[in-house]
Formats: sequence, structure tokens, C-alpha cells
Amino acid sequence: MTPQEINALLSAACFAGLAGLTLLGALLAALCRRLIYSVSGLALSFIGLAGLYLYLNAPFLALMQILVYVGAVCIVILFAIMLADTQDEQSGRDRRATLTAIASFLAASMLAVALFLMIRGTTWMAPAAPQNTGSLQDLGHALLGRFGFAFELISVVLLLAILGALVVARNGRDTPRD
Amino acid sequence: MYSLGDIVRLLLYLVGLIGFGAFNAAYLSLLERKQSAWMQLRRGPTEVGPWGLIQPVADGLKLLSKQILLPRDVNVPLFLLAPIMVVVPAIVSLVTIPFSETLVAHRYNLGLLMIFSFGAINIFALLIAGWASANKYASIGAVRVVAQNIAYEVPMLLVVIALVMVTSSFDLVEIVKQQGGGCWHWNLLKLGANPMMPASFLIFFICMLAETNRAPFDMVEAESELIAGAFTEYSGMGFGLFFIAEYVNILIGCSLATILFLGGWDCPFGLFPGPHWFLIKMYALCFTVVWVRWSFPRTQFYGLLNLSWKILIPLALVNLLLTAVMLKLVP
Repeated sequence: MTPQEINALLSAACFAGLAGLTLLGALLAALCRRLIYSVSGLALSFIGLAGLYLYLNAPFLALMQILVYVGAVCIVILFAIMLADTQDEQSGRDRRATLTAIASFLAASMLAVALFLMIRGTTWMAPAAPQNTGSLQDLGHALLGRFGFAFELISVVLLLAILGALVVARNGRDTPRD
Repeated sequence: MYSLGDIVRLLLYLVGLIGFGAFNAAYLSLLERKQSAWMQLRRGPTEVGPWGLIQPVADGLKLLSKQILLPRDVNVPLFLLAPIMVVVPAIVSLVTIPFSETLVAHRYNLGLLMIFSFGAINIFALLIAGWASANKYASIGAVRVVAQNIAYEVPMLLVVIALVMVTSSFDLVEIVKQQGGGCWHWNLLKLGANPMMPASFLIFFICMLAETNRAPFDMVEAESELIAGAFTEYSGMGFGLFFIAEYVNILIGCSLATILFLGGWDCPFGLFPGPHWFLIKMYALCFTVVWVRWSFPRTQFYGLLNLSWKILIPLALVNLLLTAVMLKLVP
């Protein structure tokens, strides 16, 4: 084999491995009956996704994916599970569960068919040429320049979320004065 | 892109770094025992080898030969996975640490960020370890880990962001290069960029102690109240891996402090820069970490959280704003 062929093969193998990792994690998250396995699967899926970003030559995004999603989101979910009652996490199957399963299967397959038809019917555009080299500087300029307004709006949303959390937490703590 | 030689070089470096990490874990534990003995007017380990120098080897053999117990209620896959998840990111983080300008396994322009994002996996793994142990002490230890690490990650990242604004690079080699030529160029003393630099070094060091779960912030382990916290049910090398990871994390924390604030491999008076200076500074910081542990009693948990949320985070925010203002005013 020529070096180009080997490179292409290695590249395809990397992609398949990372996509497989992401899918495996997602399946674990969706199918496991124990919540803690689901969160671990979610973390695995996030790490696979970070690998895919790395594969697409976006290392900053990959590292942020791990830092934010594995380091914060998964930990907060896990924290909530540990603090919550762990007795009812293995709820048994009953008759309604089978009905729910059939209904969700039907809904999911309809969605899948619709998506398949849409994918077949669409004429795909050629992949856009990269706007910049995707370096940290470019990202910073894009975030604070071209997408500055969206960036600021997101920070307002986050601020509101913090205030909302404070209000909710404060409400329960107040003792009636009169 | 990468040639075969690069990959072989990286693998060899990785093997060397595993050795370096394990060696340091072993001998930092000896340092810990010797230093605590010295501070408490005891003698510490003396039996194995001269001055107890072979003691870590004996400890390692003991841990290797012990049986790994699996208690009845333990969640087996997660219980066995947790020590691996703790130790692998710690070792891999060492890859981007530059010991000198050329002695670095892989120079990476996002090295600083990579160390922080891999550090985040550590918390996840400790939480899994605590949960999988199915033990009250372990669960409490694990819950404390999260509260503590989230609390101290905020000021640490704020301080590092302020520093990155000054250096305008995530590349650890580049950050050290900007501090070359004597201790008055080090970030610690770069008062022209930000008059709060020494304070931000102090914040970084305190947060580093808390992030590596060291006394006075060792709420995870807290022997006197939680037996061994999240590690209670682990035996043999399962426990040994947590132990190694703790010391490797201290090593990484001290290396980062050296690189970010103390000029890395640069000599304080501009003579013969090289990896020896890096090691001297790093081990001086490691010594300080142990020194702090045996000098201060463990804080209460509320005190720990209050220190972060009420003192360190406001200070770090002021530091960030001040850095931004100084960058605008002093071009």
C-alpha cells in the first residue's frame, strides 16, 4: 500500500473508533437501568465527541468539551443522583412499561423514516471552505467580534439562570416573620 | 504532520514519564514521612536501607502482593474502573509539562487547557469510586470532593485566565520563554502587568492544595472522621493507584505553579538556565505542600467553602478586572 492509502485507512479507523465510542456511550446512557451507568455512558459519549472534534482539527473545542461536559455537567448530574434516593432507580417492568416501549418504538421509527426520506431528498451543498484556521485567536475574534451580540445575550441568559436559582433556593429558606 | 519518529519519541517519553511519576509518588511519600517525623521530633522510617531510603520500594512490594478485596455490595465494574480513571489522566497530563525548552514530550499550544480539562476527569473518577464502594464513609467523602473541587476550580481558573491575558498564550513553553532572564521577569514579580501578581500566586497555591485534596483541605480522606473517605474499601494496588495519582497531581500542580509564576527552567539571576532549576523550584514547592500539611490542622467543611466563595473568588475577580484595566492602560 502507498502511504496515502495507509493514511486514509488510519484516518477511517480513527473516525470509526471515535464514532463507535460516542455511540456506545449514548447507547449505555439510554439503555442502562441504573442511573449511575447512564451518567458514565454519557461521560464516555462526551469523551468520544471530544475525540471527534480533535479529529476535525478543533483541539480547543475538544478540550472545552471535556472540561465543561465531563468536568461539570456529568459531575452535577452524578451529584444529584447521589444525593437523591437511590432506592427507586431500579423500578420493575409493569404493563404500562411495555405499552410505553411500543409507543416510543413507533414514534422513533416514524422519526427515523422521516429523517431518512429527508436525507435522501435533499441536495447537499459542497462543504464550506474554512473561514479561518480555527486557532484560538480566530475563535476569540469571532466570538467577541462577529458573534459578539449572541455572546452577550448568552451571558445574560446565564446570569438570569443564576438569579433564578438564587430566588428558588431563597424561597424555601425564608422563615415567616409575622 | 507527524512522522513515525515523532510517534516513537512520544511513546518513549510517555514511558519515561510513567517512570518519573511513579518514582516521585514513591519518594514524595518518603519525603512526607521523613519531613513529618523531622517536624515532630521523631525519626521516621529508618529500617529499610540507609535512612530508610528503600522504604518506598518495600511499600510498593507490599501493596503489589496484597489481595484486592471486593466487598459484597460493591459495584464491581465501576469499583475497578475508578482507580484507573484517576491515574491515567494524571500521568497523561505530564506530557505537556516542559522541564526545559527542549525537554518536553509534546509541545502543545493548548497545554495549559489540556491539564485543566484532564484534571476534571479526576473528580468524576473519585465520585465514581465513592459511589461504587457502597459505603457511607466513601459516599460522604465523594460528595465532599465534588463540593470542594467545584468551589476551588472557580478561583483557580479565574487566576489562570488573568495570567493568560498577560501572556496571551496557552503554550507552556511560550509562557516560560516570556519570563526569561532573571527573577525580576518572572510572572510572580511582573507588577507592571498586574500589581496583584504575588496575591494571585498565593490564590493559585491555595487552590492547588484544595484541588489535590491535601491537608488542610483533605476532606476527601479525613482519616479521623471518615476512615479513608472515598478510598475506604480499596486495598492493595487499587489503593496504591489513588495514592500514586494524589502525588502525581501534586507534582503537576507544583510544576504548573513553577511554570506559570516562577519562570520554569529560568535561573533567578540569569545564569545557566536548565531543567535543574525547574526541578529545584518544583521540589521546593512540593516541600512547601508537605510543610503546610504538617503545620495546619484540617479545616472544617464550612470554613473551607467560605474561604473559597467569600474570599478567594472575590479576590480572583478583582484580580481579573485589574489585569484587564492594566492591559488597557499600560500598553
